[in-house]
Amino acid sequence: MFSASELNHRNQRIQSLFRFFLGGMTVTLMVPVVIILTVLIIKGGPAISFEFLFTNPTNGMTAGGIFPALLGTICLVLVALIASVPLGIGAAIYLSEYAPDNAFTRIINLAIINLAGVPSIVHALFGLGAFVIFFKFGTSILAASLTLAILTLPVVIVATRESLQAVPMAFREACWNMGATRWQTIRRVVLPNAITGILTGVILEVSRTAGETAPIMFTGAAFFLPLLPQSVFDQTMALSLHLFVVSTQVPNMPEHLPYGVALVLICLVLMMNSLSIALRMYLRGKKKW
Amino acid sequence: MSSSSRTAAVANSLDFDRRGKDWYIDKLAQVLMFLGGISAIIFIIGIFIFITGEGLGFLIEGFSFKEFFLSSAWRPTSAKQETYGILALVAGTASVTGLAMLVAIPFSLGAAIFIAEFASGKTREFLKVSVELLAAIPSVVWGFIGLAIMNPLIIELFHVPVGLNVLNAGIILGLMAAPIMTSIAEDALKAVPDRYREAAEAMGATRWQVIYKVVLPAAKNGLLGAVLLGVGRGFGETMAVLMATGHSINIPTSVFDSVRALTATIAAELGETAVGSTHYEALFTIGIFLFVITFIINMTADFIVRGIRKG
Repeated sequence: MFSASELNHRNQRIQSLFRFFLGGMTVTLMVPVVIILTVLIIKGGPAISFEFLFTNPTNGMTAGGIFPALLGTICLVLVALIASVPLGIGAAIYLSEYAPDNAFTRIINLAIINLAGVPSIVHALFGLGAFVIFFKFGTSILAASLTLAILTLPVVIVATRESLQAVPMAFREACWNMGATRWQTIRRVVLPNAITGILTGVILEVSRTAGETAPIMFTGAAFFLPLLPQSVFDQTMALSLHLFVVSTQVPNMPEHLPYGVALVLICLVLMMNSLSIALRMYLRGKKKW
Repeated sequence: MSSSSRTAAVANSLDFDRRGKDWYIDKLAQVLMFLGGISAIIFIIGIFIFITGEGLGFLIEGFSFKEFFLSSAWRPTSAKQETYGILALVAGTASVTGLAMLVAIPFSLGAAIFIAEFASGKTREFLKVSVELLAAIPSVVWGFIGLAIMNPLIIELFHVPVGLNVLNAGIILGLMAAPIMTSIAEDALKAVPDRYREAAEAMGATRWQVIYKVVLPAAKNGLLGAVLLGVGRGFGETMAVLMATGHSINIPTSVFDSVRALTATIAAELGETAVGSTHYEALFTIGIFLFVITFIINMTADFIVRGIRKG
């Protein structure tokens, strides 16, 4: 008859202890963030109103709303997406559908890893040197957005490549057997099956682009502008830089205002990420294969 | 060999048939996708060329290895004698990143082990989503938290005059790096094949024994890679460090000293310099230094992680 020995009991106790301990660590990691979010909501919540979102800052930015910054962030994100989404999807298609398994492909992958790891301030230096000065775009939405596009390119590439590789090989083989070219197969079979996954990546990129500050500081975002941007060659305000400005650069700032800006920014970013996660879960439930 | 060359010959002889519109579209698509594929390489090289190009003047004329790396006097706007020594800035970055890693490494590895090995079903899903959302909080928001929440808290708790210091920035940076490290570490643990765990469990090992004796040794390279990527993240972080360190040039002797980081120096001073001035070029030289260090960190991390995949 089997019965647990003293050793078994001891091992079980050790296991429970570690399980409890590690679980505690996981929770500890979350607690400060929950507290911080709560403080942001309590202190920033009252600042947020229809006027706050849709009027200009007044009184040297110590009063009024954040409309130009909000609009500027949307402009920056849109232009950055136009540049990086086609490029990123192209890169992912090449890596997933065409690239042979050789040293050159390995170098491409290393370049992507490094591009994702370059500090954002170095991207800012690059944007300044390349787009603002060398290509003579000046400090403009275009220069800032292109800088952001390169910074976030790895996000699109990685997400797209993953969703392309999730499409079963048999789908492609069936298509090739019908006499379709490689491109016809990609366009008619692979991409339609991967589109939701690609969309999750794009939404993640939106969230990342909206939150970045350092890369746009010197390439196109301004502290304060009385007018809204008229073209991509104008400067613009941006929500992330606005948070930096109102919390560090402006004296006599009423306390609620930076909290309000921070809350709007964090809501924007977390909403995008939640959307992306929800889409991914929906996709997993729907998967046909 | 003969059969494949015969196939190729047949394909060649049929080529004139296949060069319709679809054939050309196919080739065009292939070229375009290839251009997309190499874009990452172009950008990495482009970044290096452009920041080196802008910093070149300083590297040739004003640069002395001894002054740049061994002097702690960063006085770019001094009226008497401008000096460009980054030692104190390196010390600032290193102290903040070091403290951040002390905070982040145990918690993120602990959380990764819990999520990968103990949690299951809904709990696991919930924790993974939370970690992902934590990683998404923008760095400027973290900086604001350091400024508005941590600063008064540190002054209150430790009775120090200034709450913007190594401690503040270290904790903020630790909280920022932890979710990224957690998810990479969790991937590394998940990459350990289940048959290792099953074999150990079949021998009568408990869950914890399996983790400690089997999973952790098998995943150690991946975990090391996760830690390195976290270090790289901390090293390159800009906005949070700019806002939470206190931004005063100092070689810290305690966690309550204010410091200034390499990245923050560029962010704070670049806007005030004239394009092409020595100061401007010196800031780009710091950029080159940052680029090279993060490049080395990323390559090392990748090399370590790949090492185990092959073995």
